[in-house]
Amino acid sequence: MTAGFLVLSAFLASAVEMVEALTIVLASGVARGWRSSLTGVAAAVVVLAAVTAALGPALTVIPIDALRLVVGALLLVFGLQWLRKAILRASGFKALHDEDAIFAEELAGAQTAEHVERAGVDWYGFTLSFKGVLLEGLEVVFIVLTFGSTQGSIPLAALGAAVAVVLVAGIGIAVRAPLARVPENTMKFAVGVMLTTFGIFWATEGAGGHWPGSDASLPVVLVFVIASSAALVGLLRRRHAVLVAA
Amino acid sequence: MRRITAFGRFWWDFVVGDDWLAAAGIAVAIGATAAIAADGVAAWWLLPLATVLVLYVSLRRATAA
Repeated sequence: MTAGFLVLSAFLASAVEMVEALTIVLASGVARGWRSSLTGVAAAVVVLAAVTAALGPALTVIPIDALRLVVGALLLVFGLQWLRKAILRASGFKALHDEDAIFAEELAGAQTAEHVERAGVDWYGFTLSFKGVLLEGLEVVFIVLTFGSTQGSIPLAALGAAVAVVLVAGIGIAVRAPLARVPENTMKFAVGVMLTTFGIFWATEGAGGHWPGSDASLPVVLVFVIASSAALVGLLRRRHAVLVAA
Repeated sequence: MRRITAFGRFWWDFVVGDDWLAAAGIAVAIGATAAIAADGVAAWWLLPLATVLVLYVSLRRATAA
């Protein structure tokens, strides 16, 4: 059960982040040339691999209770950020993520930027792709390492992330357009729910609490978080409707 | 110095995000869970309830603005 959660969480989080990274890389490639854009992607992947190689083994030597406390607290705070934004979007208080609009905005910025060539690549195109992949990729690395190390299986979490990266990159290459039809907010909602659920579970265990039924209570926490979040969406939707009508 | 500040700000934004009070609320709730568990009393119920309360307050603050 937890292995399934682990792979699914890593997959969904990675897919969402890769959709966002793809939009930036496409805008960079179309406006500034594919050479500089793909060099930026490759440089970011190298940095991400170095971060993973440095932090991954370090996390595995930390005592499990301390690891669960720190990772649980981080995941909980991190998950609440995702959940908060997803609830605000679902209730109408925040605009939905629009990959087409973001692509148009990035494209316009990239088309008007000055051409500066360094080391044989267009610097703007390189840095745009590099930053996009690095920043979105860091969230993936964070989730894979924290989930994986706490569950004792970084490879399993990495598998979920790798499938998402290959899938999104493959579709991106095939359609050569931003993946605007991906239900991003639903996926972000699901990731927020999973991060929050694991965060609650591990932070409680790390703080010395014991769950009734041990791992069997994880699905109960999941249902509680989903039900509470759905109730909050309903509450805010009604509030938004009242505000719009006023 | 500016780079160190920017580095710190990046990680702060990355982990804590828009609402530092939510992060502080979670930290207090984890501390309370540890304190209750240390006394040998069941503490598993506290963090789920505190999380929903923190989320509710955070959303109220966000939508009140």
